[in-house]
Amino acid sequence: MKIKFSQILAHIVLILGVLLMVIPIWLSFASSTHDTVTILKEGMQFGLGDQLTRNYNEVLNEKGGWSEEVTAAKMFINSFIMALGIATLKVIISAMSAYALVYFRFKFAVPIFWLIFITLLVPLEVRIFPSYKIVSDLGLTNSYTGLVLPLVASATATFFFRQFYKTIPDELLESAKLDGANSWRFFIDFLVPLSKTMIAAMFIFMFVYGYSQYLWPLIMTTSEEYWTVVMGMKIIFTESYEGVALPRTAERFAYIILSMIPPVLVVVFLQKWFIKGLIQTEK
Amino acid sequence: MSFLELNKVTKIYPNGTKAVHETSMNVENGEFMVFVGPSGCGKSTLLRMIAGLEDITEGYINLDGILINKVDPSDRDVAMVFQNYALYPHMNVYNNLAYGLKNRGISKEDIEKKVNEAAKLLQISEYLQRKPSMLSGGQRQRVAMGRAIVRSPKIFLFDEPLSNLDAKLRIQMRLEIKKLQQKVGVTSIFVTHDQVEAMTLADRLAVINNGLIEQLGTPIEIYNNPKSMFVAGFIGSPQMNFLEGELKNKTLTSEGFEINNVTSDFNGPVILGIRPEHMSQTDKGLINLSVDLVEQLGSDNLIYGEIKNKKDFCFRCPGSQIIKKGSKLSLNINDNNYYVFDKSNGNRVN
Repeated sequence: MKIKFSQILAHIVLILGVLLMVIPIWLSFASSTHDTVTILKEGMQFGLGDQLTRNYNEVLNEKGGWSEEVTAAKMFINSFIMALGIATLKVIISAMSAYALVYFRFKFAVPIFWLIFITLLVPLEVRIFPSYKIVSDLGLTNSYTGLVLPLVASATATFFFRQFYKTIPDELLESAKLDGANSWRFFIDFLVPLSKTMIAAMFIFMFVYGYSQYLWPLIMTTSEEYWTVVMGMKIIFTESYEGVALPRTAERFAYIILSMIPPVLVVVFLQKWFIKGLIQTEK
Repeated sequence: MSFLELNKVTKIYPNGTKAVHETSMNVENGEFMVFVGPSGCGKSTLLRMIAGLEDITEGYINLDGILINKVDPSDRDVAMVFQNYALYPHMNVYNNLAYGLKNRGISKEDIEKKVNEAAKLLQISEYLQRKPSMLSGGQRQRVAMGRAIVRSPKIFLFDEPLSNLDAKLRIQMRLEIKKLQQKVGVTSIFVTHDQVEAMTLADRLAVINNGLIEQLGTPIEIYNNPKSMFVAGFIGSPQMNFLEGELKNKTLTSEGFEINNVTSDFNGPVILGIRPEHMSQTDKGLINLSVDLVEQLGSDNLIYGEIKNKKDFCFRCPGSQIIKKGSKLSLNINDNNYYVFDKSNGNRVN
């Protein structure tokens, strides 16, 4: 069989891309199996070391923080709860608001949509002080509600759901109406199952978004009980050495590898669904 | 009181377009009514008003003795078959049929019984577990009808359900719809732009143009006795020939010939209509046709030619008759089967 030059070139580019993605992860993983001294002395490691069990055990069980009470495991759980809450609520709220915008004929539906859309220009970082003020006035600092609630509105997801609903033929709604479906039933029985793939995709994006939040949890939480993974990374696993706090590099690498697991799991699990939905063209 | 009564029903869209003008008609129980007209004539709007998918601007609609103007579509007990079928893509055939019943709170056993009956009637029992995307056009069409039948509604509404099928299947489904309607006996309204469908399916036919019913009657009545030039041109295939002329003291002059003793007191410019099938060849006929084109359909020949100033004049003769391009024919109108219309408004005057 003759292999074309362009095919070889394409594969080279693909392989380079894969390496670019995989090497840093491998470096982190390999480094996480050595001890800190080796890493500090010789830099990041390509080969595997013998400290795997010790490092990971340390990371999962060691109590850190000022009060020496918060563990990495607790922070994973916090981040997971925060990301799950944000992703779930974002999907539900955006799907419903898009439903209202597309199917209910009310005045100013279009301006309202654009108003929602414009909020894309105002990310959390810009409105962080007013947001903090509101949340703190409501007494929601140091709570899961406070971590999740200010982030649950999503213009992006609303936009995507709106565009999707617009492609659904009107006859489907009319036919459902004649079959006795009210607006609520139409949403649950038709739009939700039809937008399964969309929901899976949005959920993935929003989960990762929620999981990687840094600034908001940092400002929001004073109690270590609510620390999340990304903010915790900087705070725990430091070692005092002649009055200077030195990072415990090996444990940090282990921590990074562990922190990747929840979002990876979500992607892996939902991707099956996502691809299944793409293959079965239901139109 | 009729089963379905439309009284001065009018539809004006928010942008001011008047789609349906004060339309009144009655449909009897068990009748198969067809709305036919060119696209954009308001026939679908009328149907959708009966279904409750469009608001009624003025007038009222009575179904089975109940004023349904303000009744929700789901409570009207009507079923509709859409042009693109509007099957529920994420449900299998069984659930497509069962969905309307579920919403009406019918017990599971009853639903199963009804769905199976309907599926059997439409010969879709084998496909009950399939999704619509795995069905052919004809099967989808059947599922769409099954969804209507299974609810045993007061009235079936068909919105051009055959136009997405290929020609052969269309004829087959046309026959099946008619048979099915006769078997089930449910009052039906069928919207189409295809005059052959209209003629073959209808017990009665409403020819609609520009939001007005031009004529209402049985297919044969309308074919034999069109009240206006529009109806005459719309019903019948190939289309009726129209010639310009002048009617004066019961004598009609047109394109090089005269017809005497026209049964009309009208005087002035007129349009003369002659159906291609209402003429025959003679030695010294009224109309002299020089043949430009012959379409051989097997059973019939369609001859197109020129008479004086009129081009593409069509004449239909049996397929056995051999006529060559370029020849000259002499034609007579059979049994005075011609129609005279007032040129100014298209109304029939003879």
